[in-house]
Amino acid sequence: MSELTLTVMRLGFLAVLWLFVIVAVQVIRSDLFGTRVTQRGSRREAGRQQQAARQAAAPPQQRGQQGGGRQRRNAPTKLVVSEGTLTGTTVALQGQTITLGRAHDSTIVLDDDYASSRHARIYPDRDGQWIVEDLGSTNGTYLDRTRLTTPTPVPLGAPIRIGKTVIELRK
Amino acid sequence: MSSTTNSPTHHTSTIGAIGAPSRRNTELGLLVFAVVIPVFAYANVGLAINDEVPAGLLAYGIGLGLLAGIGHLAVRKFAPYADPLMLPLATLLNGLGLVIIWRLDQSKRLQASKTFVEAAPRQLLYSAMGVALLVAVLIFLKDHRVLQRYTYISMAGALFLLLLPLVPGLGANVYGAKIWIKIPGLGTLQPGEFAKIVLAVFFAGYLMVKRDALALASRRFMGLYLPRGRDLGPIIVVWMISILILVFETDLGTSLLFFGMFVIMLYVATERTSWIVFGLLMSAVGAVGVASFEPHIQTRVNAWLDPANEFKLSRSGALGHTEQAMQALWAFGSGGTLGTGLGQGNSDLIGFAANSDFILATFGEELGLAGVMAILLLYGLIVERGVRTALAARDPFGKLLAVGLSGAFALQVFVVAGGVMGLIPLTGMTLPFVAYGGSSVIANWALIGILLRISDTARRPAPAPAPNPDAEMTQVVRPS
Repeated sequence: MSELTLTVMRLGFLAVLWLFVIVAVQVIRSDLFGTRVTQRGSRREAGRQQQAARQAAAPPQQRGQQGGGRQRRNAPTKLVVSEGTLTGTTVALQGQTITLGRAHDSTIVLDDDYASSRHARIYPDRDGQWIVEDLGSTNGTYLDRTRLTTPTPVPLGAPIRIGKTVIELRK
Repeated sequence: MSSTTNSPTHHTSTIGAIGAPSRRNTELGLLVFAVVIPVFAYANVGLAINDEVPAGLLAYGIGLGLLAGIGHLAVRKFAPYADPLMLPLATLLNGLGLVIIWRLDQSKRLQASKTFVEAAPRQLLYSAMGVALLVAVLIFLKDHRVLQRYTYISMAGALFLLLLPLVPGLGANVYGAKIWIKIPGLGTLQPGEFAKIVLAVFFAGYLMVKRDALALASRRFMGLYLPRGRDLGPIIVVWMISILILVFETDLGTSLLFFGMFVIMLYVATERTSWIVFGLLMSAVGAVGVASFEPHIQTRVNAWLDPANEFKLSRSGALGHTEQAMQALWAFGSGGTLGTGLGQGNSDLIGFAANSDFILATFGEELGLAGVMAILLLYGLIVERGVRTALAARDPFGKLLAVGLSGAFALQVFVVAGGVMGLIPLTGMTLPFVAYGGSSVIANWALIGILLRISDTARRPAPAPAPNPDAEMTQVVRPS
């Protein structure tokens, strides 16, 4: 076998080996972000509608930065329980969905007779705006004084009432 | 994959858990890739050594492809949400190992040795057994939490496996280390490889229960949490057992692996850095202490500190010295950055154990730094997927078990690769999946099987919420 062929095979083999490593890393990458894009895509539509509905209460430049919208200024960083048996509990907001209810697998398990087992959830939309949504609870979820019927963006510091529990988002 | 519709009505966002994709097709694609690479390497070796495409190319490719295919079908059927990378990575490493073992089989120098046997067909058989065990794990282990019930049985089982080589008549002393047992008519078995998995089960079950006591009951001193004296009990027991292994089986690798695995799991369970400090101190004390009187380990340490001198002494005919440490370094050196090309190195000069403990030296010589880095990255990716599985797992037992298994895997790679490269004293351990050795290949496939099972449980989309069993318990607010 000629020297040239063997050299080409040697380098080719190394290239193929590294290609495999790179492909594997790409799979990891898509494993991390692949699912969320579709998830956000559908939520963005809902979020856009919400934003239009509340007459762009947020500054308009926020709509431009959609990808890393989570880190914008004035974004809440924690969720605080301000009334009820869990008063003082805080949960860091890191882009994950927070579920509230009496069910054991909720993020915040409410020990509250007036809460349903799956009462409400709070999640970021694609723009990083936090949305509260009632999950068909018995007694309803209130943002300030209004009972929620649709997923609604949560302003900083606005009280969300669930039974006897009040939570709010803070910086 | 996702159950959302495209219509922008507001109830698109009321959908709960969006199903994670199973990613089985990604796995299949990668598996094809992982089978093609070793086949390419096989052809390359044949062309370099014999100037022709080897006759066994088709059979070999089909064999490896069949193994990968069976593994894939089993995962598709029994663990559909498992991690897509572990199986291809393991297949690729196993395939590359087979190629290198076959390549060393072709060496005239090794064939001249009296103890020469064709190792590659056997290794293919072992790989088939390993994949069979992987499939068995996936079929019979429906839920990894079942293992939790056998916490203390695992402890007894692991001790039994570890002590088995010491039983007179059963244990076999192979070149100084007593880590094999002889099964008449079947050959030898290295129970330590299996003990690794069983022990991880015990540690996970034990630490899950005890971690609060170990983490919280401690005093703070100079930035370190000092555990109470009585909480040091378990780590001291494990330490003593690893010292006993070191003394009686004279195997630094096994001993280091078990103690290291325990310290890793202890750290993960308690989040206390102090355990790592204690662990490092204790292993240093133990290793140095034993090395001071055990001649087998002294040889290894000398070979590590001054391989060139050991080589000279061994060449001059003195007993109890080893040439291999230096030869391995020469192999790496002559490989350079891009290697000499498959089949064109002289790593077969290492002779004994060239295809098991020292197989990385062949990779180093024939694929060079670039190739070895890729191999180490493949191992790193397996470990990464294991740790990722631990992060995603929902139950503490699964988390600890996944960390323990991938930690043990990582430690094993570190101990062997570090030993061959001269970073630490060489210990007789096998490079997982790559090195020739039945126990190692079979046990590591089982390990991957358990990790696949945990990752399947972890990545499986959460079941739809039950129709609110306690909804009626919610009191209704009556507007007065």
